[in-house]
Amino acid sequence: MSAAVEVENLTKRFGDFVAVDAVSFSVETGEVFGFLGPNGAGKTTTIKMLTGLVPPSSGRGTVAGLDILRQGTEIKRHIGYMSQLFSLYADLTVEENIAFFSGLYGVPRERRAARRDWVLEMAGLQEQRGRLTGELSLGWKQRLALGCAVLHEPPVLFLDEPTSGVDPISRRGFWDLIYALAAGGTTVFVTTHYMEEAEFCHRLALMNRGKLIALDTPARLRQGLREPLLEARTSDGTRTIETLEKAPGVAQAGLFGRAVHVTLKEGEDVERDRARLAELLAGRGIEVESIEPIEPSLEDVFIALVEKTGGAVVD
Amino acid sequence: MSPTRLLAVARKELLQLRRDPRSLMLAFALPVLLLILFGYAISWDVRDIRAAVLDQDHSASSRDLVDAFRSSGYFTIVRFLARSAETGPLLERGGAQLILVIPPGFERDLGAGRAAPLQAILDGSDANTATIAQGYAEAVVRTWSSRAVLRGRSVVPPVDPETRVWFNEELASRNMIVPGLVAVIMMIIAAMLTSLTIAREWERGTMEQLAATPVSRLEVVLGKLLPYLAIGLIDVIVSSVLGVLLFKVPFRGSAALLMLLSACFLTGALGLGLFISAVARSQVLATQLAMIATFLPTLLLSGFMFSIRTMPAALRAISYLVPARYFLVVTRGIFLKGVGLEVLALQGLLMAVFATTGLGLAVSRFRKELQ
Repeated sequence: MSAAVEVENLTKRFGDFVAVDAVSFSVETGEVFGFLGPNGAGKTTTIKMLTGLVPPSSGRGTVAGLDILRQGTEIKRHIGYMSQLFSLYADLTVEENIAFFSGLYGVPRERRAARRDWVLEMAGLQEQRGRLTGELSLGWKQRLALGCAVLHEPPVLFLDEPTSGVDPISRRGFWDLIYALAAGGTTVFVTTHYMEEAEFCHRLALMNRGKLIALDTPARLRQGLREPLLEARTSDGTRTIETLEKAPGVAQAGLFGRAVHVTLKEGEDVERDRARLAELLAGRGIEVESIEPIEPSLEDVFIALVEKTGGAVVD
Repeated sequence: MSPTRLLAVARKELLQLRRDPRSLMLAFALPVLLLILFGYAISWDVRDIRAAVLDQDHSASSRDLVDAFRSSGYFTIVRFLARSAETGPLLERGGAQLILVIPPGFERDLGAGRAAPLQAILDGSDANTATIAQGYAEAVVRTWSSRAVLRGRSVVPPVDPETRVWFNEELASRNMIVPGLVAVIMMIIAAMLTSLTIAREWERGTMEQLAATPVSRLEVVLGKLLPYLAIGLIDVIVSSVLGVLLFKVPFRGSAALLMLLSACFLTGALGLGLFISAVARSQVLATQLAMIATFLPTLLLSGFMFSIRTMPAALRAISYLVPARYFLVVTRGIFLKGVGLEVLALQGLLMAVFATTGLGLAVSRFRKELQ
């Protein structure tokens, strides 16, 4: 199968600042490809280069078989794009928004009614078709935005944090739609901040400081984290982190909900460290409820990789 | 260029406009309001100047002179004063704009063939009215004194000028205002409405979505322009018809030519508005910029309110850059003189240049790429 998106040494400089630094990857047709990274990692700039909004400084790439350097305008006919901000017209009705984007994407006149009905059905908006878009709930708005982005049945779909601010149930429904599109052969390129969403992707690319730092399936990424991980539940999370961060054998400690996740250095003996660290905490007068080895979550992987590559850029 | 995409943008713009009461007011209510306001309330005609008389001569001649003032139609005699001490306070209160002082011995001097002094005191705080009142007063006195010299004898004067005013026979200022207002109204529509439209897309984040679709910048600019062009032309028709019916302004030229040149002028003004909108990126800033860059020069420097010839040299130089200056020549020419392109060729050409420049600016500035 041919690649839906393929980039090689893609680079974008803004003056001295390198926003995207020699990034290479390829996305298969029909794949749901997750794009992760802290703010300022270069995700959005990469997407803008792929969608023809920003010209790359160097490197090459194709989207749907079209060259991003020379065929930017043509690419826009073959992709759908949905930005993180809600960006339909709030003062148009659901149907008017659909009609507008049908016109912009050049959906043939005879197909318009069918495509409109398909979008209304997919987004579950048949009842709301005459309502002003601004009056809809955010979950509905996002589904409508998705519908408007695929009116022309693009082979590649770019979603830039499509579910930010949407409640978990709507988010789940949104991912069902993404899967349905992917099953129909659409390649979905999606950025997200939600780790549980990252698990839904076929493959994940992690970016930090403009560089691609990991690229694999969620399962293999978790296995790839070789540093052992402990989860400590104590009476005082903040002091636990302070104490453990400086302890020998510990690579990193951070708060995870109420618990503290402690990444040990590579090759450390988990059972011995567990006892040693429990003693250390008790010696500081911190009550230890439990301290257990755990399987790393994607978030642990994500944080460990970001830390290893110089930490997140602080705005 | 795809007509489908262009029409999609135009239709969307129209739908948004229809749901925005503020823009609708600006588009349709404001022009009518302005027309009525300027047409009725503002008049530069000076009539019924309030005059007071201090007659110290109490003679047949002095009474005859006062009658001449009264019957001229320009003056209303509001008071007769008894003492010269009353003149100051009366002017200060604004009780009169002109005080005619006829000194004692006026008739005696006339009878003796000597120059009879006469005084007119004017309230100069409104310089414009004072100048006009002075002119009228001099004319009345001149006419009266030539009759007085002749003392009833009929003589054929060596030169008898018969003045006749063309194009605006009554010298009515509304005949100047209404055609000028057409230009001002269009500038408001163009600048205010369009300056909002692109800035709004930036503010609401919809520009990003537009940029990711195949729509080109020319399609967006033209698509946004079309509905406003239609509104502008409707406004031209409405204000012209109102001007003719309500204010009896003559319309002597070709309506088709007026529409054609108005369309050119509007295109330029709309393009300028879109350009401002793209530069400003915020609706508030765009509106303010539009006010300063388009509306104010049109109102003040186009020759609509103030005669360009009497402006200081610097302002006069700037006025050459105000497109409305030339459009005003067009509207007044078509309304009042009934002239066609044979006279308005230069202005017509300038309108075409303005349209092209405005559009060009809008398209070049309207960067679709998000940086």
